[in-house]
Amino acid sequence: MAVVFDKPHALIDVPLHYCPGCTHGIVHRLVAEVIDELGIEGKTIGIAPVGCSVMAYNYFNCDMIEAAHGRAPAVATGVKRADPENHIVFTYQGDGDLASIGMAETVHAAARNENITVIFINNAIYGMTGGQMAPTSLVGQVTQTSPYGRDPKACGYPIKVCEMLSELVGPEYLERVTVNNVKNIRAAKKAIKKAFQNQIDGKGFSLVEVVSSCPTNWGMTPKQALDWIDSDMLPYYPLGVYKDRSAEQKEAE
Amino acid sequence: MAAKNMLFSGFGGQGILFAGKFIAYKGLIEDKQVSWLPSYGPEMRGGTASCSVIVSDTPVGSPIVSNPDILIAMNLPSLDRFEDAVVPGGMIIADSTLIERKVKRDDVTVFYVPATQMASDNKLGNLANMIIVGKLLKEIGDYTEDGLNAALDKVISARHADMKEVNLKAIKLGAEY
Amino acid sequence: MSDKILMKGNEAIAEAAIIAGCRHYFGYPITPQTEIAAYMAKKMPKIGGTFLQAESEIAAINMVYGVASAGKRVMTSSSSPGVSLKGEGLSYLAGSDLPSLIVNVQRGGPGLGGIQPSQSDYFQSTRGGGHGDYHMIVLAPASVQEMAELTVKGFELADTYRMTSMILADGTMGQMMEPVNLDLDVKPAHEKPWATTGTQMAREHNIVNSLSLVPEELEELNFKRYDRYKVIEENETMFEEYKVEDADIVLAAFGIAARVSKNAVDEARKMGIKAGLIRPITLWPFPKAPFKAAAEHAKAFISVELNMGQMIEDVILATESKCPVTLCNRAGGMIPDPKQVLNSIIEVNGGMK
Repeated sequence: MAVVFDKPHALIDVPLHYCPGCTHGIVHRLVAEVIDELGIEGKTIGIAPVGCSVMAYNYFNCDMIEAAHGRAPAVATGVKRADPENHIVFTYQGDGDLASIGMAETVHAAARNENITVIFINNAIYGMTGGQMAPTSLVGQVTQTSPYGRDPKACGYPIKVCEMLSELVGPEYLERVTVNNVKNIRAAKKAIKKAFQNQIDGKGFSLVEVVSSCPTNWGMTPKQALDWIDSDMLPYYPLGVYKDRSAEQKEAE
Repeated sequence: MAAKNMLFSGFGGQGILFAGKFIAYKGLIEDKQVSWLPSYGPEMRGGTASCSVIVSDTPVGSPIVSNPDILIAMNLPSLDRFEDAVVPGGMIIADSTLIERKVKRDDVTVFYVPATQMASDNKLGNLANMIIVGKLLKEIGDYTEDGLNAALDKVISARHADMKEVNLKAIKLGAEY
Repeated sequence: MSDKILMKGNEAIAEAAIIAGCRHYFGYPITPQTEIAAYMAKKMPKIGGTFLQAESEIAAINMVYGVASAGKRVMTSSSSPGVSLKGEGLSYLAGSDLPSLIVNVQRGGPGLGGIQPSQSDYFQSTRGGGHGDYHMIVLAPASVQEMAELTVKGFELADTYRMTSMILADGTMGQMMEPVNLDLDVKPAHEKPWATTGTQMAREHNIVNSLSLVPEELEELNFKRYDRYKVIEENETMFEEYKVEDADIVLAAFGIAARVSKNAVDEARKMGIKAGLIRPITLWPFPKAPFKAAAEHAKAFISVELNMGQMIEDVILATESKCPVTLCNRAGGMIPDPKQVLNSIIEVNGGMK
């Protein structure tokens, strides 16, 4: 019988520890499918963050490094520069990791146009520690550390990472996607593939922000959480390409 | 020769560190044990500059010269600051163009060299430091033209090779003063 | 003519690192070690290496973590406040058993402190520098020649034991020039089958990691790491003894303090006081044996330090409290004068007997 659906080779056949309805599993799969399709598993080194996806090193079949909280872009810089010709390097980071404690590393890796691929999971909350306010938590969003809703007077406004980085001259490619329905998942995969292809082509820093769900810490069912992405997250975090230098240059020609 | 503990002092831009480095290299070429320790920090940026140089037949212990056998003072603040630190029987060489007063001590040998004026008169730019170096080498009985060439080769990069001749001229002027 | 050249200590470290095969340097400017970065910035591009001025010391140490994961010799350098920032990375390097070389050209603290020479990071260095149970091999050069030699040695020890080596110098060592012979003996590098260089689809994936959520397993990792530390303590301790054999008063000092102390020992001997000096070259592992042996004949020990008294605790432990140990120190960027040390010797000796 013909196999019509199989696990990607780049994903190890073990149960993931993620909560039901969490979209980390989908994004893991997309990354693994892209690694398979590009035939780069043998030269890929992934950097896991601190946060819910800290144990991503157990799920990807390529070589993996676990980095300190927020430091993945710096670690990736080291790995990439250790052998730029032969290493394909990606980081997989959440919003606390990438946009709070590791913001400096993120901005500077982008500014240097470091030839790496960054997969950024934005679910507007700290999942691993049990649902605290993230730098991307929405105004009014109730979390353990914003129990009365995020008050911008006290803690400012959520950070739009793609928009912010797009002001830099450095980075090659910035796109925001989501994975709350089949159509969006397909678009997300296309973006992730481009982000890896850019690295193979030596184009530089490519970041894909994936607006994701956290039903457990949002206090919703998986379905409600996917709907909340449409109703609340996407109006503040619009999908789209925020920077694509090569495409822009082509257009200019 | 016993250890010679030297302190070079002046203001930034006078080539104090360079002069010290030259003396240290000269010692190295002559198979002596040497050390060179600069003052560092904000004072490098235009304030006072000084460096400790030790040339010795035996391994150098502490590279810090607090009580110099020889003090090279190229401006008044340097003489004010270090005059009392010179060991009894030691030597002070002062740039008398920039230091109008006399050394107060009577237990040290003093040479006044109007080095800045001499540099200006002989179109030697800012090489007052090397005029003083020439006087220093002469007075410690270490002045030979062969040694000078080799040491200058070490401290002057190939890019500035044309500077060698004027440095030699400055040293000679100082030695003959 | 000598084949030696005059070099600043900082430059000697940089050149020795290149000789040792290091082709990746990450740093952030801070006085008094910036010459290392400047030297690397000039040299690395010409030899196919990487010099990168990181956005912070935190980023720099994590770039080091990345290159070390990929199995290559790598280093960073800083001075005291910057090394505090690297503390997190030092702990992760230890937890992931990664080899690297870190240079700390110390300045006076705490806080922003000053920029003049200090040894006040002794505790921080010898006790690990970051969180958790771990050590670094801490090497304390006392000459420009040793700055070079211990850099090579540091890389080799790091590779052999899969851990961080730290060069613990101070502003004087970094800034002074002395003759140095760079004909250094470098042993061939170790194989690193654990490195994350890509599976090439030919092996299981390698994981570089310091996370271990099962306490039994994490305990086991700690026990194993400390077994390795024990081997290092037995095999890699380095020290220099100067006139210790018959000494009544034994000084303990490293780095610049040891050079000052040597002058004081010579002066004391001229006065008829039998003084000697033990100079630890490895601060971790601390050379306990020579102190224990000297305690059999010495009347007293003096720890000479550029801090408020840090190594003195190790001296007291190593001498097993058999002799009194006193402190002769300056702090905040000041350096003890040989006269101060001599006075301390005379005082401890009970005058000039």
